[in-house]
Amino acid sequence: MDHVPGGSFCVTSVDGIINWAHANSLWPLTFGTACCAIEVMMAAGASRHDLARFGAEVARPSPRQADLLVVAGTVVKRLAPRLRTLYEQMAEPRYVIATGSCAISGGPFMYNSYSTVRGADQIIPVDVYVPGCPPRPEAFLYGLLTLQKLIKEGESIRRPYVRRKPVLSVLPAGMTADQIRSELAALLTRDSTVDLSGEYVQNVQAGGSKQ
Amino acid sequence: MTGEDLVSVIMSIEARAKPREKCAMPSAMIPVDALPGFMRSMRDDPRLSFDMLCTHTAVDWLGENRFELVYVLYSTKHRHYVTVSTSIPRDKPEASSVSSIWRIAEWQEREVYDLMGVLYSGHPDLRRMFLEDDWVGFPLRKDYKDTFMLGLPE
Repeated sequence: MDHVPGGSFCVTSVDGIINWAHANSLWPLTFGTACCAIEVMMAAGASRHDLARFGAEVARPSPRQADLLVVAGTVVKRLAPRLRTLYEQMAEPRYVIATGSCAISGGPFMYNSYSTVRGADQIIPVDVYVPGCPPRPEAFLYGLLTLQKLIKEGESIRRPYVRRKPVLSVLPAGMTADQIRSELAALLTRDSTVDLSGEYVQNVQAGGSKQ
Repeated sequence: MTGEDLVSVIMSIEARAKPREKCAMPSAMIPVDALPGFMRSMRDDPRLSFDMLCTHTAVDWLGENRFELVYVLYSTKHRHYVTVSTSIPRDKPEASSVSSIWRIAEWQEREVYDLMGVLYSGHPDLRRMFLEDDWVGFPLRKDYKDTFMLGLPE
């Protein structure tokens, strides 16, 4: 997003605006099947971690109103057709985060299990994987952040459904909750402030563009 | 009533019952043909009055070629527990239903049928509960195999 210095205009592409809006208003579908739902859907949504800071707090019980499917928990064979139906019922653009070992690979139920599907990606396409058993709310917030980055850099209205490859959102080793919070805060500040200072002017004077 | 008293009352009802040692609660093993009459007197005997079936489950003893059916009973009147177990052969897994004595047994026996394949005679609606209706086999049996399962890597 580029800002014209000194004026009240904001120059951007339609893609940029749409992706920015998508990324900051992800409405998750309430879909928790195991312990991950406690961490990811309940603890992350409650006041301490507060999913509302990223525009993703509006958990919807209906797939028609949701655009983010968080697969929080084990997917068993009997659930698989229902999960597929829920995914199909969601309106485009729709995104999927698979949280926890079970939703990524089957986890502890990978071997010698007659019922557990080995990964949600066998049923629906997954955009971001958040590892953990279960992942802490910070890890999920990091995954959500990854998805937001993915959306902002990804899909174009001219070429819908063309997306980046799914990514694994692993918390870097040694990263603390405070660092995640400050990174999130910095991103939020960057997105919500209009910077009229020198950087853009210098870019224009140098004949280059930010993009 | 103490555990020993409970077991002696059970022995007076069914002479073939064998008390079991080293159990957390008083428990007895009975032959399978005595099951319906014995269970009915467990409920109706005023000294016992086991009016609640807490749990019914089955254990697969593959090496001994038998299923063990386990019933955990509770009396809301006397507040005592007992475990009753019985053995059935693995190649002919049939037992009589206790759903006419405790109605909750309908569900619990359906579950055991679904996962272990024990057939209950006299059950009003014995069909699959958790698995799909067209499922082949009984997955909690120790020798269960299917094409979906993934074995442990070597």
